[in-house]
Amino acid sequence: MAMRTPGSYKRPKDLKKALRRLCRYLGMHRLTLAVVAVLVIISSLANLMGTYLLKPVINNFIAPGDLPGLTRAILGMAVMYAVGALATFGYNQLMVRTAQQVVARIRQDLFTHVQSLPLQYFDAHTHGELMSHFTNDVDTVTDALNNSFTLLIQSFCMVTGTITLLIVLNARLSLIVIAFLAAMTAFILYSSKRSKHYFAQQQKHLGELNGFVEEMVAGQKVEKVFNHEPQDFARFCQLNESLRKAGTSAASYAGMMVPTVVSLSYVNYAVAACVGGLFVLAGHSDLGSLSSYLILVRQSAMPLNQLTQQSNFLLSALSGAERIFNLMDVAPEVDEGDITLVRVRPEADGSLTEVPERTGHYAWKCPEAGGSRLVPLKGDVRFDHVTFSYVPGKPVLRDVSLFARPGETIAFVGSTGAGKTTIINLITRFYEIDSGTITYDGLDLRRIRKHDLRRSLSVVVQDTHLFTGTIADNIRYGRLSANDEEVRQAAVLANADSFIRRLPDGYNTQLSGDGDNLSQGQRQLLAIARAAVAKPPVFILDEATSSIDTRTEKLIEQGLDSLMEGRTVFVIAHRLSTVRNADAILVVEQGQVIERGDHAALLEQKGRYYQLYTGQSQLA
Amino acid sequence: MQLIRRFAGYLHKYRLWAALAVFCVAAETVFELVIPMIMVNIVDVGVANGDRAYIFQQGALMCVCSVIAMALGVGSARFSALCGHGLAAEVRKAEYAKIQSFSFANRDRFQTESLVTRLTSDVTTIQNAVINGLRPGIRSPIMMVTALSMSFLINARLALVFLVAAPTLGFLLFQIIRHVRPLYSRMQRAIDLVNRIVQENLTAVRIVKAYVRGEYEIEKFGQVNDNLCQVSRQAMRIAVLNMPAMQLVMYSTILAILWIGGGMIIGGTMQIGKLTGFLSYVLQVLNSLMMFSSVFLLLTRAIASGQRIFEVIDEPLDITEEDAKDVTVERGAIEFDHVSFQYRAGAAEYVLRDISLTIPAGSTVGIIGGTGSAKSTLVQLIPRLYDATEGTVRVDGRPVREYPLAHLRDAIAMVLQKNTLFSGTVRDNLRWGKPDATDAEIEEACRIACVDEFIGRLENGYDTDLGQGGVNVSGGQKQRLCIARAILKKPKVLILDDSTSAVDMVTEAKIRDGLAQCLPDTTKIIIAQRISSVLNADLIVILDNGWINEVGTHWSLLEHNRIYQEIYHSQQEGAGL
Repeated sequence: MAMRTPGSYKRPKDLKKALRRLCRYLGMHRLTLAVVAVLVIISSLANLMGTYLLKPVINNFIAPGDLPGLTRAILGMAVMYAVGALATFGYNQLMVRTAQQVVARIRQDLFTHVQSLPLQYFDAHTHGELMSHFTNDVDTVTDALNNSFTLLIQSFCMVTGTITLLIVLNARLSLIVIAFLAAMTAFILYSSKRSKHYFAQQQKHLGELNGFVEEMVAGQKVEKVFNHEPQDFARFCQLNESLRKAGTSAASYAGMMVPTVVSLSYVNYAVAACVGGLFVLAGHSDLGSLSSYLILVRQSAMPLNQLTQQSNFLLSALSGAERIFNLMDVAPEVDEGDITLVRVRPEADGSLTEVPERTGHYAWKCPEAGGSRLVPLKGDVRFDHVTFSYVPGKPVLRDVSLFARPGETIAFVGSTGAGKTTIINLITRFYEIDSGTITYDGLDLRRIRKHDLRRSLSVVVQDTHLFTGTIADNIRYGRLSANDEEVRQAAVLANADSFIRRLPDGYNTQLSGDGDNLSQGQRQLLAIARAAVAKPPVFILDEATSSIDTRTEKLIEQGLDSLMEGRTVFVIAHRLSTVRNADAILVVEQGQVIERGDHAALLEQKGRYYQLYTGQSQLA
Repeated sequence: MQLIRRFAGYLHKYRLWAALAVFCVAAETVFELVIPMIMVNIVDVGVANGDRAYIFQQGALMCVCSVIAMALGVGSARFSALCGHGLAAEVRKAEYAKIQSFSFANRDRFQTESLVTRLTSDVTTIQNAVINGLRPGIRSPIMMVTALSMSFLINARLALVFLVAAPTLGFLLFQIIRHVRPLYSRMQRAIDLVNRIVQENLTAVRIVKAYVRGEYEIEKFGQVNDNLCQVSRQAMRIAVLNMPAMQLVMYSTILAILWIGGGMIIGGTMQIGKLTGFLSYVLQVLNSLMMFSSVFLLLTRAIASGQRIFEVIDEPLDITEEDAKDVTVERGAIEFDHVSFQYRAGAAEYVLRDISLTIPAGSTVGIIGGTGSAKSTLVQLIPRLYDATEGTVRVDGRPVREYPLAHLRDAIAMVLQKNTLFSGTVRDNLRWGKPDATDAEIEEACRIACVDEFIGRLENGYDTDLGQGGVNVSGGQKQRLCIARAILKKPKVLILDDSTSAVDMVTEAKIRDGLAQCLPDTTKIIIAQRISSVLNADLIVILDNGWINEVGTHWSLLEHNRIYQEIYHSQQEGAGL
């Protein structure tokens, strides 16, 4: 049944470790697995016995004409067969359940772990790479659990059983047979190694074709505009042809295996029959035992073939499992913070009391010796001599000091790559700084629990990503408890309400594929609505309006103004009209803040900002 | 069945290999039926009679037969591999060609990932069905027919047991497949769902982290994961029933034959030796039936994939060249004549409504309007990326439908809002505009697009590899590269769809001047958000919610058009106009 090609066969580096961890997953099902093993053995035995009992039944009951005896024997066999079939049914059902549960568990753990990984990991690995752990690697494990486990036990029983019987029946003759079996095993091992090479070749070409197809299908609109179809088709045909050639070699090699082994087993049979025949003639053995011996010889090849093939599948599953476990071993984002964000009610005397309900007021709860201190959340952010690098040795921010007072709007301007987004990434603590300190309301950022830190911020980033679901779901992503009215209000604030209402299903319009069906500007409006519904104390807008026309932007600004009142806002924009009204504009160049001041002051200074503003130098 | 016939069509080129593969498998099967007979002879005749010469002769014969069978087996593997991969290559080619011919509207109906899957893993499923299914698919019927006739020859009355056993097994297997098939497609959908959530979480990892939605996403994943677990359990539970079902029938048949045959022997109507032979044929028949059922399961999966592939191949193209005549664009005058447009037929809303607009050849037209006012849609009707739902778009006085698509699009260069650079060098990417462009031409285009200085700073200049999606390039640089690529086409009409949004104004002005100088006769359509980008255009079109609000020049619009005034004022205090 299992018609798989040993394509993904790769030897795991540390087989035992991967096996041990896989066993840990299987551990909670060990009782079931033990039952499965027993049932597999029962079913194989019933199968073997059934074949071997035929002869005695014929010889002992049918030949002498013993009808009642025959009936009894058949009833006995029926019971045995029934037990065998039931056992088969039992282990199949049990195994399906166990396999699916284990795999679901692995997938869930993997996903949970991926959620906890730091951003650096996502920067360093492509989506395809990560995705392949969820698809290819999990698939090989599933396949192995579904089939290889039971088949391996089964074929192992058959092989050992057959070889034992062979030796018991005729030890001398068995030397020849076992030599042949060993040769077959060697051949199977050798050719699976060879075919591994061909399959790696095929995999490489398949990867190239997939990459090309993905790029071209994604960029198809450009292809159309440039009439570039013929060139791309030619390239596709080239890749397609090399894949065909590589695939043909791989499949030919893999397909050779079974017929070769079968033929070898016939030769084995012929040699055994000839030698055995000579033994009989020489009087070393009798005809009857030679016949049953030869039946065994004939039956020995297939389980052997199955045993080797299944162990290959198991090995490839283990290497898949190893890749999964390696990912699970990647250290998660560290979070040593102990300060949490709580809701508070300001009392008449100016003190704060922690309350469970939403009051619109928040405070940092700092655990201290003998209780805790409440620090009101204001949105005061300071960088003190901060140096940071994504890649060690290549600092992106150098000795940056800056401050944002509560309620201020701080704007960053500067060329692409100057480090504006990096500053934002440090406030949200997506990355750890190399040296210096960042404080938030006077507290060291590292002491604040990441979850609570991020809950106090609302970020709208340049690349707007939307999720599968309705428009309302996507806005509600900012605050899951928001009701329909709040969602609508946020959309109105972001000036998205009018376009949403014109969509076929309004707020219930399904978005698919990252909101492909919306324009870039519309997606940004939704992202702003998503941030608005969260009502956070600190707002971060990273090029959030770059694809929105200035008139709409003006309207959003008016909407946001009421929302931003009393809140600290960080804005990154290349459109200088967007940043003009900020309380402070910071000009960032080459990882350093080179100018700071409000619009008028900076213009007066006649520095870099003045140049940018008057169009004397460019932002690119 | 029809599906199989259609796939057979793609096999045409490899029909010789297909025939050889079938022949090899059939011949191999025949040999495998002959070999056991020789086998029996060695013991029953040779050893029983003590005839050494006969033993060796038969032994040698058996070895020879085995070698021939092996050669045939290897041959069948080779030929079916050729067929399987050949078929896959042909299907992929046809599918890719079809996808290439998709219009934007066709393309909107499929997600990128879904198209890629249909081109890759679905084709692989078909290919594996051929490679792995061919051998058992041909072998088992031959085996079955031979074994059946042999058993009928031995004892026709006893063989009647088959008439009960075979249909029973067939019925059971059919039931299993019938129930499993819909579950398989449900399983596929459940897998898609799981993959989609993983994919989304990978691309939007920053959002998930920023909003602290890890727990929420894990819970969401838990739901689809459980669902997948449930569905695949259901499917697999039924699928694995075939083993016990097979055993049940096989065992019952053996017992029935033992009992009935035993009775016959005891009653004297059958010889004892025949019973053993008969039993081995019985096992063969049932085994081949089992093999055949596995081919069926393969086919079931292949059919599901085949349907997905043909959904792509059968997608009706909504932009065709039916009305095309052999004409080319000469001047680049454009006319919209009462044009309305909707993305989906029957959609409640029109995206563009009753647009009438005349753009003289060689003029410069600015299009301005709010987010979602259908600016991009309007210009995409010119090179027929979409077809107008109502009304006519004309180029040089001739409806766009009358131009062959290649000619039309060669004459119209468009820089898209969401633009793509492809893997390859800067030069490779620029040559998309003109495949045989000389270095001088490329440099000239880059100079006009003001991107020459950036390329000069690159380590390998024009030979720098951009990587997929042009990742090493900033937004502004990418936009300018895309403009250079379009300039190289030397088009009759140049459309810039918000293509300078990340370019500063001074550079943008330089690009505009350069374009005016090097492409003086080209009609230029500029979609922009900045008034400064369209200030000097001959005509400015204001779009509002899919309607033309007004057409005029900067000064006339500024005088009395409310929308224009608002846009103007929203930018007036901004960087120098």
